[in-house]
Amino acid sequence: MDLSVIEKFNKDNVVVEKLENLVNWARSGSPWFFQFGLACCAIEMMAAAAPRHDLERFGAMPRASPRQSDVMIVAGTVTLKMASRVKRLYEQMTDPKYVISMGSCANSGGPYWQHGYHVLKGVDLIVPVDVYVPGCPPRPEALIYGIMELQRKIRNEKPYTKSA
Amino acid sequence: MDFNNIKKLLSTNHGEAISVLEDTEIILVPAEKWSEIAKDLKENKDLTFDYLSCITGYDNGAGKSIGVAYNFYSMAKKHSLEIRIEVDRENPEVPSVEKIWRTADWMEREVYDMYGVSFKDHWDLRRILLPSDWDGFPLRKDYKEPDYYNGMPVPKDKSYWE
Repeated sequence: MDLSVIEKFNKDNVVVEKLENLVNWARSGSPWFFQFGLACCAIEMMAAAAPRHDLERFGAMPRASPRQSDVMIVAGTVTLKMASRVKRLYEQMTDPKYVISMGSCANSGGPYWQHGYHVLKGVDLIVPVDVYVPGCPPRPEALIYGIMELQRKIRNEKPYTKSA
Repeated sequence: MDFNNIKKLLSTNHGEAISVLEDTEIILVPAEKWSEIAKDLKENKDLTFDYLSCITGYDNGAGKSIGVAYNFYSMAKKHSLEIRIEVDRENPEVPSVEKIWRTADWMEREVYDMYGVSFKDHWDLRRILLPSDWDGFPLRKDYKEPDYYNGMPVPKDKSYWE
């Protein structure tokens, strides 16, 4: 967790900080993820959210509605039948929104690469992906590292700076 | 009852329609006779095949027949049996047994989904796993993957992966 903002409190309880940094601090500190799973990766995602690994330490909390979530963790095999639904759910999420592609299937089709007539070969073909977590399935620690990488990415964003 | 007795009993009831696949304990029946044989399997007091464990589809290769295999078990008599039906791949039609064994309902839909076998008199024969707008029957040996499905690419060239 980025505590640099808090550390700037002085004895008068006043912080002077760039707005951009404050917004990034707030966003990266609460990557609420959309609670849905597609295959066995979802079991690891549940384990990551459960007390033993406790994703809420990082501010990541499962939300049951796309309207309330900031991060979509695509946990599992994206079949062609499911792909249009996944895309719809991504479109229903409110900005700012991020996508973590979890596991080999969501990254590239995984074991279905060669003969999987029914599998989308990577979820990045339909939605923009921020972080790829490799593994089959990735251990909860790997997903936690993926979320920490996403937080690092959010902290370096410049939401109020117009790009040239 | 063991396989030979079951075969003998079926032969006396249905005559020429019953044949045995070479070197196996599998009975091959023609599709036209399947309805009455199926009814006999369930209702004959000596057979009482009250449990249909599985229906499988299979493809004998491009230009050859499409098959359906039924695995039966009798809870009452503790014996089992496999029955196969092989039909023409251009127009594969097999009578449905969904009214005799209720469990055949979804099993037949799955075989239809993957092999395109149309089960005559099935009450609701539509795809069960694949989306309803899917083209073709993917477990057939001569199935060709599409390039695109609803605008999503299904890449064929996998050389850049190696």
